[in-house]
Amino acid sequence: MDDYLVYLWAFLAGGALCAIGQLLIDLTSMTPARILVTYVVSGVLLGAVGVYEPFAEFAGAGATVPLTGFGHALAKGVREAVERDGLIGCLTGGLEACAGGITAAVLSGLLAALIFTRGDKTAKLTG
Amino acid sequence: MKLTKNEYGRLAKLRSPNSKIYRNVPMAFLVGGLICVVGQVLTELYKAAGAEEELAGTLTSVSLVALSAVLTGMGLYSRLAKYAGAGTLVPITGFANAVVSPALEFRTEGYVPGVGAKIFTIAGPVIVYGLAASAVYGVILFIAQMSGAV
Amino acid sequence: MSVYTKNGTVIMENLPSVVSFGTAVGRMEGEGPLGSCFDYVDDSPDFGESTWEKAESRLQQLAFGQALSKGGLSESDIDFMFAGDLLNQCAASGYGMRDNGVSFFGLYGACSTMAESLALAAIFADNGIGQYTAAVTSSHFCSAERQFRFPENYGGQRTPTSQWTATASGCAILGAHYEAPYIKAVTVGNITDMGIKDANNMGAAMAPAAYATLKCHFAAAHSSPADYDLILTGDLGYVGSELLRDLFLQDGITLGDSYNDCGLMLFDREKQDVHAGGSGCGCSAAVLCGHILPRMRKGELRNVLFTATGALMSTTLVQQGESIPAIAHCVHITASDGR
Repeated sequence: MDDYLVYLWAFLAGGALCAIGQLLIDLTSMTPARILVTYVVSGVLLGAVGVYEPFAEFAGAGATVPLTGFGHALAKGVREAVERDGLIGCLTGGLEACAGGITAAVLSGLLAALIFTRGDKTAKLTG
Repeated sequence: MKLTKNEYGRLAKLRSPNSKIYRNVPMAFLVGGLICVVGQVLTELYKAAGAEEELAGTLTSVSLVALSAVLTGMGLYSRLAKYAGAGTLVPITGFANAVVSPALEFRTEGYVPGVGAKIFTIAGPVIVYGLAASAVYGVILFIAQMSGAV
Repeated sequence: MSVYTKNGTVIMENLPSVVSFGTAVGRMEGEGPLGSCFDYVDDSPDFGESTWEKAESRLQQLAFGQALSKGGLSESDIDFMFAGDLLNQCAASGYGMRDNGVSFFGLYGACSTMAESLALAAIFADNGIGQYTAAVTSSHFCSAERQFRFPENYGGQRTPTSQWTATASGCAILGAHYEAPYIKAVTVGNITDMGIKDANNMGAAMAPAAYATLKCHFAAAHSSPADYDLILTGDLGYVGSELLRDLFLQDGITLGDSYNDCGLMLFDREKQDVHAGGSGCGCSAAVLCGHILPRMRKGELRNVLFTATGALMSTTLVQQGESIPAIAHCVHITASDGR
């Protein structure tokens, strides 16, 4: 694949996944939390049936950065762990695969709470 | 009141302006796409620096999470989200924002009952149902392997 | 003594006076169309306090203090106080007013609380119970957001029907009949629920309550919309005010130019990103005490029907799938001395 094409596909695939999310927000009464849950579970499902892997190879970060990619990583982790360790892999594989992202998010939250002063949401409306 | 609840519901719907889909969807596409491009750039950089595919992916996630945390702390992520909608919600940066923003907000109630307890108020369901779905998949996979179907 | 007629309406016998009034608001409200009307505008949303809840308490103290000083009164002159806000356990009022030694009633009527407190204060004042009675309410955008919706820095998109909780407080002090403006009658509304479930569309949930209470008031006072210079609803916003006009139109009654809504007056919907308009019990309080009452005192307005509306919503019950009950109370304020 040409160098720049990776970026183009990442943009198109990632953009499309977000656009679908926006359609769900605007056309249904789904709350953002429900949309995120739907995305993660869909990612697990698509990963399980083997559709997401080829899509991710093709779209790169366009497939892995959206939350469906998070679901896909969970499914992939569980599959590898089950193949390696048997049934216990059901419980260990998911978090193993996503440990980096989740722990990074928790630590960032803690650090941010230590460092930042709270924002002023009203500021953006008037400035 | 001359209207029934149903009739009033219809009238209320008629009078309620709809979301501007023609503006929201392209914005979500643009911003969400660009965040993924940033992810791709980071992945390529980590790979060029010698990281393997999987490690590069993890490093990318961690970097995006950190970037989102900084933007959230500065109050910039919510400003972008006002225009981008799902474009900032769906990428992993949105997940990070959902973790960091309650941590910041509830600091006034202390680090344990505030930050610690509230940090997953928004993002918790994602982890709960993601893990549950993956565990179910694992069990099915295991049974399939045992029975020799795979 | 005040006379109870019917339909929840109490007619004042002695026309108690609104002796003094004060307001305090945040920066966005100060930059809105009514910005110059307010007694105190703070550029910082924290009002010098360390948390949003304390900031709202401070806001309420400021409005109360302004009303006292403008009326040449001190805390010890106030015999009773009716206060309310949007926070759980009416925390902004309870904590804000804990040091002033005034006999205190805490009220919750959501965004209708200013009319509720004014109505009760008027009944006290009309019957000579205490010399001065204060009615004060507040709301703060940041304290309301964190309680009802999302953290400050969470990236979410608001729907076009949503309303913006005002950072504002207003206080009115009522006393015996002295000088205009006077309270002539109050109508206490009943809870109306037309099945709206969308917590981001409070205007639609509250419009039927405003309609019902106004109808009761017109029936009890033998009046019609034409008898008032201004019919002012509190925080129906764009969607709710349109719906209120629709509901009256079904009875063949047109709410013309004499109808307005506090949520539409406090902010400029074109320039300020408040979607369907302002809300919060500080919104109608600040518009009433900062804009309407001063105009009545000057004689620019003679008869105003102040009808604050509230969505008696609980986030828990909304999550349980319940619809949103709403209420409206109506206070007829007049500049005419005719008893």
